[in-house]
Amino acid sequence: MKPFAYVRAGSVEEATDAFAARPGARYLGGGTNLVDLMKLGVETPAALIDVTRLPLDGVEELPDGGLRVGATVRNSDLAAHPVVRDRYPALSQALLAGASGQLRNAATTGGNLLQRTRCPYFQDVTKPCNKREPGTGCGALEGVHRDHAVLGHSERCIATHPSDMAVALAALDARVELRGPEGARSVPAADFHRLPGTRPEKDTEIHPGELITSVLLPAATGGLPSRYRKARDRASYAFALASVAAVLHCGNGVVERVGLAFGGLAHRPWRARRAEDALIGAAPTAAAFEHAVDLELAAAEPLRDNAYKVPLARRLALDVLGRLAPAAQL
Amino acid sequence: MDSHDRTATTGHAQPDTTDTTLRVNGKPHTLAVDHRRVLLDLLREDLGLTGAKKGCDHGQCGACTVLVDGRRVNSCLLLAVTLDGAEVTTVEGLAGDGEDLHPLQRAFLDRDAFQCGYCTPGQLCSALGVLAEAAAGHPSHVTDPATPSGAPVPLTREEIRERLSGNLCRCGAYPRIADAVEDVM
Repeated sequence: MKPFAYVRAGSVEEATDAFAARPGARYLGGGTNLVDLMKLGVETPAALIDVTRLPLDGVEELPDGGLRVGATVRNSDLAAHPVVRDRYPALSQALLAGASGQLRNAATTGGNLLQRTRCPYFQDVTKPCNKREPGTGCGALEGVHRDHAVLGHSERCIATHPSDMAVALAALDARVELRGPEGARSVPAADFHRLPGTRPEKDTEIHPGELITSVLLPAATGGLPSRYRKARDRASYAFALASVAAVLHCGNGVVERVGLAFGGLAHRPWRARRAEDALIGAAPTAAAFEHAVDLELAAAEPLRDNAYKVPLARRLALDVLGRLAPAAQL
Repeated sequence: MDSHDRTATTGHAQPDTTDTTLRVNGKPHTLAVDHRRVLLDLLREDLGLTGAKKGCDHGQCGACTVLVDGRRVNSCLLLAVTLDGAEVTTVEGLAGDGEDLHPLQRAFLDRDAFQCGYCTPGQLCSALGVLAEAAAGHPSHVTDPATPSGAPVPLTREEIRERLSGNLCRCGAYPRIADAVEDVM
């Protein structure tokens, strides 16, 4: 690991100022991914700005019924939070489906969103990777890519985003709140991560120097039935081969609100807008769910060794939607 | 903002060490910590506490698990400089005053819950974290979502297996590890 300066920030302003003053700086949250990438030589920051002691460790119930989650709230604490468990169950379930107890105790909300892909070519500095080193090519395209993307990938990059939490946030219409040199702004969680296109080195829409300060869960999806389901190679402690988060509200015999997102299939949590559009106003029947999910997955372009992900994701989505729907109509 | 710009005696242009105080098993230690030092290496190399083991060194095996401020974490991924003021408990510090061994350590012996023993310190620290988390009502992936928030979660066999999934045992002693944890609940 290369030497680096260390700064412990006491306020958001101190953190963003320290970042601006030190070229090559990185914000440090729980470090469960960043420190690992530093050991691997993938990340070589000149300075770490430790943001774990910022006053962003609270979960606040808002007057409008929403919930603001501070960026340094640990994944384990967020998963156990009574309001999250009660009103946004898909988020709690997604967090608990990820990593291990030890890692969830360290990992933060902001850091979870900014974790990098676990593509083995990205993590191995001896291999070509356009995400790590633009222009060197993609080792996975013709290499080992059973775990890689089937939706929205490009010639340059076929990596998937590893977060479970982010998939639930996308389905729940959460927003990511940011503070940077140009002030505060917020971005829908479903648009926070990017598709690779010609610039796979850019994972998210975050601007240089911006810090995630919180995640906002809207009142509109609070208290609605929601679920997360994940398929992986072993029963626990593995990344998703495919996963699904969904929130579904039915009234007057039809779907009135639906949020559906896939994990493990793309460079970002894949919000299934086509499926949602097909479901709004339709009766929540098994046939309607099949039609909608098939519409969405028609866009899939599997690679040589990962075609299994399409039927896997289909079955996961149908299971989750079926469990969320009023039993009488299935 | 705490300033950590003191340049070390190595002559680097960049500051690369920071005085850091940790309490380890109840005893305070102040060290000039190289910013690159992870807690696991500090414990083993600087303090001579070799109980916590280096397995994968990438947060994938759990052999390095210790308790920091009462919570189980992978010490291989925690930069020591970030832990100023923290209370660290390693396997060497599990037994209480007047005890040779913590009851969980005794249960591991009674159940023969290991073969080579390399993962055992991590299993012990992790299991103690599990007991505290379940008592505090933290759910797991296998907890029924209908379980009321905050109520202690009963540690069924399935719960123990899921909650300890971050600790690999390449000898495959899992059934007896779960037996030992059940013994101390």
